Amino acid sequence: MKSDVILLGHGSGGKLSHQLLDDLIIPILSGIRPSDQNDSAVLPAPNGRLAFTTDSYVVDPLFFAGGNIGDLAIHGTVNDLAMAGARPLFISVGLIIEEGLPVMDLKAILESMRKAADQSQINIVTGDTKVVQRGKADRLFINTSGVGVIEHDFEIRGDNARLGDKVLVSGNLGDHGMAVLASREGINLKSSIRSDSASLNAMVQDLLNVTGSEIHVLRDPTRGGVATTLKEIAIQSGIEITIDEACLPIAAEVGGACAILGLDPLFVANEGKLLAFIAPDAAQKALGVMHRHPEGRDAAIIGEVTGRAAGKVRLKTAIGGMRAVEMLAGEQLPRIC
Amino acid sequence: MKYLAEFHDPQLVGGLLAAIRQSVAKFSGSMTFMEVCGTHTMAICQHGIRALLPASIQLISGPGCPVCVTPVGYIDHAVALARRPETIITTFGDMVRVPGSSSSLMREQAAGADIRIVYSPLDAVSLAEQTPESTIVFLGVGFETTAPAIAGALLTAEKKQLSNFFVLCSHKTMPVSMAALLKDPDLQIDGYICPAHVSAIIGAKAYEPLAAEFRVPCVVTGFEPLDVLQGILMLSRQVIAGEARVETQYSRVVKPEGNLRAQEILNQVFEPCDARWRGIGDIPGSGLKLRPEFAGYDAASLQVEIEPPFEHQGCICGEILKGKARPTDCPLFRSTCTPEDPVGACMVSSEGTCAAEYKYAT
Repeated sequence: MKSDVILLGHGSGGKLSHQLLDDLIIPILSGIRPSDQNDSAVLPAPNGRLAFTTDSYVVDPLFFAGGNIGDLAIHGTVNDLAMAGARPLFISVGLIIEEGLPVMDLKAILESMRKAADQSQINIVTGDTKVVQRGKADRLFINTSGVGVIEHDFEIRGDNARLGDKVLVSGNLGDHGMAVLASREGINLKSSIRSDSASLNAMVQDLLNVTGSEIHVLRDPTRGGVATTLKEIAIQSGIEITIDEACLPIAAEVGGACAILGLDPLFVANEGKLLAFIAPDAAQKALGVMHRHPEGRDAAIIGEVTGRAAGKVRLKTAIGGMRAVEMLAGEQLPRIC
Repeated sequence: MKYLAEFHDPQLVGGLLAAIRQSVAKFSGSMTFMEVCGTHTMAICQHGIRALLPASIQLISGPGCPVCVTPVGYIDHAVALARRPETIITTFGDMVRVPGSSSSLMREQAAGADIRIVYSPLDAVSLAEQTPESTIVFLGVGFETTAPAIAGALLTAEKKQLSNFFVLCSHKTMPVSMAALLKDPDLQIDGYICPAHVSAIIGAKAYEPLAAEFRVPCVVTGFEPLDVLQGILMLSRQVIAGEARVETQYSRVVKPEGNLRAQEILNQVFEPCDARWRGIGDIPGSGLKLRPEFAGYDAASLQVEIEPPFEHQGCICGEILKGKARPTDCPLFRSTCTPEDPVGACMVSSEGTCAAEYKYAT
């Protein structure tokens, strides 16, 4: 790569494009030899049901405490596969680059993608790169699609929560959202809050091995946070969920930053957490499994399925009151006084 | 020292609730307290406080959400300014979703207007400095809490000799509007839970004329659950003793005389004026406008065409803002009017009474 920034020509399909792919993108992401490059990746068919998912990443800023758009794009898609109870196998990477992006930044992002993929034991097998004019995208957008295999017969689905199920969260709420917010211009918030961006497939695999069919629902509470995800599950399963505010794991710094900015950690995004609905007898065992993994060390039982009233989520407040939990109407906007 | 967990301590809450119950046990009547400030409304709903209180204590919500009381004409004016070429609207977050007569800032943004949410008015001044070719309009809403910050931003703009920074001013003030509510014969208020942050600026003494003239107990109260319960306990004790004093529960922040430096800046830039409150109407002397020497920063001097104001007839925001009606009394609540598609301002703001009821009521 001669240029130190990405030029429009790097997306032209001509020599510059090949240079970008052969000198930077392919060596970092896959290492596939030119003689093996084709229009499609040809892959072996696995034994079992397939899980297939896609997600696009447009985070601002590209780099934040605890991660960047690259590893986020791997973790997010790996986690979506894991939430179906699948073992991640293959992933694609689509890059939409705004001209002018420093090559150094792109390199750092690609390297963290590869590292995240290796850690998650998923292979980057296909990809695409486009470059658009300045102002037509915001530096870099990434799409990843993933395929995984489900090697068991358990039904892990949003409509499978059952009366009496315990609700587990695998760790502290709101770390990702607050880390990104704190890295944003205009928020002068000095903090050591780091994004929780991480792959959860290893922890899910252990959960499946230990508790098996007693896991009824798995979902990662990303945008909209734990509150929104619980509400989705309550609607899908036609149940009432009651959670206990006193049991919610929230890091002191995140709780404090949320209080200052007028945000509710229940609605702040996570990128390395899961919610699990588990039969009551297996809940403690599952909690033990989570605690053995670094990304699950703060896991807690936060509530249970308390009724069949469709689509209701209630929160017992720390002071003993009771209130409803609803989805957010728009973005979580800051208060003005 | 931490400032959150201690103020949610369930044991202390239990103690305060017992004290409140004991305080009103021998009291035959009922008492109605108004929390004026939107942040109190949210705290009360968020922690489920209303249901924990004895039946003889009612809490009603007042007009202290700045977004809710901003008149529709102001939104229309901001929309008109947003449509102006080379103009950037800077605002606190909640304002973008408030419906005007036919549009909102959010809709204008989707149509291409440049609207930016800032956390501090000083960010808007920096933007004006960085983009001299653009006109920067800051939407100056809020009570005495935000007014000094905006006054400070204006003084900074003046110091930097910026000619492209403007404020569209719709500030309101607290004690004057609280007095206006007490003059309403339909409204029974036995005590005021006085706002926390406003009082940090104006000081607890600012409520003394109110307490004396209207014989109404006033307790300046913090926002955490223990604060609110202690404030209610103090009010109930005053009511039972037949007193009408100003007390400060939130003494860790609020001083009797307030923040004198902030008051000085506020008075340097603003002067009192009559103000229109959405849903309530005109209250003489309840607003702040720019002093004549700062007229050059007034966004009202920018030429734009503003559409005639139109408000949904069924909306009872006014009655709700005065504490006369609950959100559930409104025929539009939860049907036509939802947080996703709000009709009245009480549903838009994160601190609005209707939004709180919608979000938290079981």
